[in-house]
Amino acid sequence: MSLLQNALVSIGDLDNDDIGHIMKLSAIFSEVLRRDIPKVPTLRGKTMAMVFSEDSTRTRTSFEIAAKKLSMDILSLNSSQSSMKKGESLKDTLANLHAIGADGFVIRHSSSGVPTQASTWMTVPVINAGDGCHEHPTQALLDCYTLIERFDTPSNHTTDNAILNCFNGMTVTIVGDVEHSRVARSLVIMLDMLGAKTTLCGPRTLMPRHVDKWPVRVSYHLDEVLPETQVCYILRLQNERGSGTYLPSIREYAMNWGIDSKRASLLPETAVIMHPGPINRGVELAGEIADSSRSLILNQASNGVAVRMAVIYLLLANPGDITEV
Amino acid sequence: MAERERRLATPRGGVFVPRSQVMSADDVDRALVRIAHEIIEHNKGSDNLALIGLQTGGVQIALKLRDVISEIGDAEIPVGTLDVAFYRDDIQLRPVLPEAVTTIPFDLTNMAVVLVDDVLFTGRTVRAALQALSDFGRARSIQLAVLVDRGHRELPIRPDYVGKNLPTRLTEQVDANLEGVTIGDVIKGRP
Repeated sequence: MSLLQNALVSIGDLDNDDIGHIMKLSAIFSEVLRRDIPKVPTLRGKTMAMVFSEDSTRTRTSFEIAAKKLSMDILSLNSSQSSMKKGESLKDTLANLHAIGADGFVIRHSSSGVPTQASTWMTVPVINAGDGCHEHPTQALLDCYTLIERFDTPSNHTTDNAILNCFNGMTVTIVGDVEHSRVARSLVIMLDMLGAKTTLCGPRTLMPRHVDKWPVRVSYHLDEVLPETQVCYILRLQNERGSGTYLPSIREYAMNWGIDSKRASLLPETAVIMHPGPINRGVELAGEIADSSRSLILNQASNGVAVRMAVIYLLLANPGDITEV
Repeated sequence: MAERERRLATPRGGVFVPRSQVMSADDVDRALVRIAHEIIEHNKGSDNLALIGLQTGGVQIALKLRDVISEIGDAEIPVGTLDVAFYRDDIQLRPVLPEAVTTIPFDLTNMAVVLVDDVLFTGRTVRAALQALSDFGRARSIQLAVLVDRGHRELPIRPDYVGKNLPTRLTEQVDANLEGVTIGDVIKGRP
């Protein structure tokens, strides 16, 4: 397995077998999370350093809970309150955290490539929790698990890849601010690997420059795409990265690209709504659709814990390869 | 977890080569019928009794015991499965098998739980299982049934019900399932 190397920085580090294996482990961990005492002693004594240089609710808490459910200790560092403010370099910061006792790093950074760079510096595992406009691999994995949970039953399969069969030909439409979205980049790579058909949809100004080289279809006509969409994946308009300056107005964006009841009614009945969070209610997604029964948004959040437990387990327990008998 | 998988898992690796059969399928059958009677005798019936098979080798044996007990005791008793991989003290030597599922679909409170495994060796699996079970609830009592006790205990653990006491060398390998019990060796490398 390639994952068992020292880092998870890109979903492209994995192959289909790896993803299948992570999904099966995630199913096992979600069983652990349903127990009376939802905690296992697997990684007791190990410490996970959480280095976040960007705001986060879901990813950070989800990684923290995942590590705690594996009985790890957490060392939490917010770079705005650390010596990085005084000018200490990231490399020195990480090296010192390692010296203090960190056995692994979860890194979120506003610059693309930081986790990749960090993984070349460190001898302990590094997990990318989102870097700039590059990638967010654990988000893609938890979306994968959420879709399997909805369209398949993970526990009923014996071979690694059978649980991924539901992705074959699945039509996924990713709507919104693709340009600034690391979630979209990881998702596009993964969906291509799993055989899904991905369509990107959004204003031209928010489409990446080389999108024609991506393994996707690009459409600028949302209402035409929605009727043939099984999974409507809505991206957040990233105002902190200046998305607003790419648009005439937020209100116009909401009118043209927001998913409201009218647009949601164009979707097939079985279609699901997903969003990586946080939601700008009334901008890219209407509140009543986010709260509707076809929304998997809270499933995404809760599945994140089991999936991250699986990733942490694979990287830190170092359980070796599974021998074929 | 079954003896064989444990030996075959990296980093030890290797191939199981059978040498001699010490129990036939019929012998196993008779031993399990006796164990079923002993369980009922010891627990004065099958009320509040539950079986939990340890993944993966103990599961088939637990299911078989359930069938026998329901025949002679005329009562359905619940069966669960437990994978102790997350509780092991040698986690780095033993990968989690994605197929090894834990399902305990009943409340352990006030139950007499019989842990069932194929081979009792060092006792470390049972120690991990005891710790795992306490996370599911507080059973009234926990007992241990094994098809084969091959000795070499490393912890103060003893079985309550034994199919066969089998003296072995430390380096030998025991493969025990419903089809019989075989002693063999593990040869390094792949066939």
